[in-house]
Amino acid sequence: MPVVLARVVTFAIDGIDPRPVWVEVDIRPGLPTFRVVGLADAAVREARERVRAAILNSDFEFPARRITANLAPAHLRKVGPGFDAALAVGLLAASGQCSAGALERWAIFGELSLSGEVRGCRGVLAVAEGARRAGLAGLIVARERAGEAALVEGVEIAAVEDLRAIAALLDGGEVPPPPEPAPAPAAGGLAPDAPDLADVRGHELPLRALEIAAAGGHNLLLEGPPGSGKTMLARRLPALLPPLTRAEALEVTRIHSVAGVSHAGALATVRPFRAPHHTISPAGLVGGGRPPAPGEASLAHHGVLFLDELSEFSRPSLEALRQPIEDGEIVIVRGQLALRFPTRFTLIAATNPCPCGYAGSDRPCRCGEPELARHRRRLSGPLLDRIDLLVTVGRPSAAALAAAPRTASAAVRERVLAARERQCARLAGTAAHTNAQLDARRLRAHVRLGSSARRTLAQAYDTGGLSARGHDRVLRVARTIADLAERETVELDDVLQALALRTRESADEVLAA
Amino acid sequence: MSRDAHSGGRPCEPCLRRSWLIARLAAHIELAWSARRGRAALLGLHDLALVDALAGDRRDGILAEYERFDAAAARRRCTAAGVAGLCRCDERYPAALEDLSDPPAVVYVRGDLRRLERALARDCVAIVGARRASPYGLAQARGLGRGLAAAGLAVVSGMALGVDAAAHVGALEAGGATLAVLACGPERAYPASKRRLHAQIVAHGVAISELPPGTLPRRWCFPARNRIIAALGQATVVVEAGERSGSLITAGQAADLGRDVGAVPGLVTAPLAAGANGLIADGARLVRGPRDVLELLFGAAAETLAKAASDDRRDGLAPDLRVLLERVGAGCDTLAALTDGEASVDATLAGLAQLELRGLVRRAAGGRYVATA
Repeated sequence: MPVVLARVVTFAIDGIDPRPVWVEVDIRPGLPTFRVVGLADAAVREARERVRAAILNSDFEFPARRITANLAPAHLRKVGPGFDAALAVGLLAASGQCSAGALERWAIFGELSLSGEVRGCRGVLAVAEGARRAGLAGLIVARERAGEAALVEGVEIAAVEDLRAIAALLDGGEVPPPPEPAPAPAAGGLAPDAPDLADVRGHELPLRALEIAAAGGHNLLLEGPPGSGKTMLARRLPALLPPLTRAEALEVTRIHSVAGVSHAGALATVRPFRAPHHTISPAGLVGGGRPPAPGEASLAHHGVLFLDELSEFSRPSLEALRQPIEDGEIVIVRGQLALRFPTRFTLIAATNPCPCGYAGSDRPCRCGEPELARHRRRLSGPLLDRIDLLVTVGRPSAAALAAAPRTASAAVRERVLAARERQCARLAGTAAHTNAQLDARRLRAHVRLGSSARRTLAQAYDTGGLSARGHDRVLRVARTIADLAERETVELDDVLQALALRTRESADEVLAA
Repeated sequence: MSRDAHSGGRPCEPCLRRSWLIARLAAHIELAWSARRGRAALLGLHDLALVDALAGDRRDGILAEYERFDAAAARRRCTAAGVAGLCRCDERYPAALEDLSDPPAVVYVRGDLRRLERALARDCVAIVGARRASPYGLAQARGLGRGLAAAGLAVVSGMALGVDAAAHVGALEAGGATLAVLACGPERAYPASKRRLHAQIVAHGVAISELPPGTLPRRWCFPARNRIIAALGQATVVVEAGERSGSLITAGQAADLGRDVGAVPGLVTAPLAAGANGLIADGARLVRGPRDVLELLFGAAAETLAKAASDDRRDGLAPDLRVLLERVGAGCDTLAALTDGEASVDATLAGLAQLELRGLVRRAAGGRYVATA
């Protein structure tokens, strides 16, 4: 009996990147066995049972011979159920039950049910990008995820229901088109039910800080007693940010697809808002684990990462966030491979002013100086260095609650967009896009200070206990405040406001508070 | 009495032995103290009576150690710890302490002895108060410390958390003299979180104690230390104190010694202000700032001194900033209260930053602004 060999292209997800994988199926005479080799994890080894049942239930024949399937390249770890469909098709082609001729042009990606249905897997968007990059003509995926795959231009998507449909397609049948993409929700990237600033009463200072944070991409620390509205405010930041560009949206959708966060097969239109609980592990926060998966920091890419109860996060978790904030990506090195997860987000952190939560509020605080000092120490250090703005959130007064709203998201967003345009024009040709990304050197090049502003800042630096880092932070924020006011020169008022919103830095200020 | 060239102090053997004995009996005193057995009089007892009263069945052993006491070794321990000792036979021993019924035999000094002499030559003011002080209390203590030090007085306190530390910080800010009276060996920073403050006090003021270097603080050491603070201060000012606070004991001791007592008033509703307000009700001088303390000490002559204490940071303040400062002082201390739904957030923020730059207000917890004294 002749040896039969078939080869099917599929993709493995490595971090958030697609890597081509060839499924080779060899069928030869011998004792009936079905082996899968090639660094496959448990889910892939279990594929044998699914493939066998799916083939039989689709009225194909499962060859009673010695079957070896190899997933190449052999050094790459293959994870998850996405290889089922490719294994089954390879087996059918090798046993002559479907045409092998078209297999060079199509990649196949999907999980099989026992009845032979093709199911969607995480990371379809990434796989579609991989297929385009590999120069393949098309990708066969489950119908339920085909919409997501169709977001990638330049590669034909076949949306199939079951194994029989794949065989029919490869035998020269019609290509079943993906479903029409769902109509884009509200224009401009605002979900219709997104929380709006018009719902906020009082909170003048936090609102101002949110606007500055949105305009300059600054990280923000909200401090206030429990129930004062810190989370409520933080949730309103995504709606103030400029809409996602198509490239950004694709990137967001790809990461979310890999992590299994659903956008119902459509492009992400709203900037992500992620609020992990404070018990999260470092790997959960920045990515990692086995196999390495994107963490919350990557899921918040191009959006907002909100850390409530900042002082309750473990020190290792907060330390781990430092590099992603600085570099806009996290590199995870595992064995010989280095994975990159993008992490460009705006950080909003919230904290109680003291362990009991009531320091400085109308209720008496029960904390002593040692508790306060410990609390501040947990909040100080490397992460706080990356936060430009500190603002206190207090309980709004009854009068403020009864008053009309001060502003609405749409109005603030217009100012934010204008400010961002000014920044883009000024920073054109540099790697930075927002004021928050200005380092010391770029600050000197791009921030022009008025004379009184320069004097005041120098005075604060000389006598006010402002550190060199704090000086730069104030300068960045002042630049954004001036951008919001449509001024090219940073004036005294901008610097003074930035000073009032600066973060604490020294032990002296701990004592003073 | 000969003066050593560098350390300056060469305490005599009986005095050294006396303070050694106190440290040796520290654990016994602690027991007696917690049993409330004659604790007021203990430190006034003669050496042998003290051993008889406290040592119990360890009496003979301790007496044997007492006989063998090696003054030279004790002096070496002081030198090794960088501590000088002034005993009661030394002419530089603080005269104010002689007013006590149980003056310490030796005052151990960490820091420059000449600075101590200079500080004692001036008038000293003790500032005491709550450890868990409010931002208001801290600002008042710091302001008093700064103002009194600027007027040329020495600020005495206990380097405890809260008001004590703030008073020292204020005095140091003004570049003035400050004395920390510790409840442990003077080379030791207690509480440990005040390490940096202790180092600054040693560098620019002095830390003193009646306990030899190496002694750890025990509970009885704190009231014992308070009597030294009360004696050293010409006046004692209580900044914030609860109803049953150690600061009130200090104030009582000061009054018993014939020193002046003042208190900074607080809200009548605040538990932390109950002690200080009670003192005022009982006739203590109401202290609104350094000037009141100076008047308490010097009467009419305070005017000239007060000039030095008051700074002209308020001069030349723009009218709108002056109004803002007054509102902060009047209790409108958060931005929400200051803007009151009408004034512009931006302008108020900018104004507060200017006041902060001039050192007239300070940011406290909860986004409050506190007017500095």
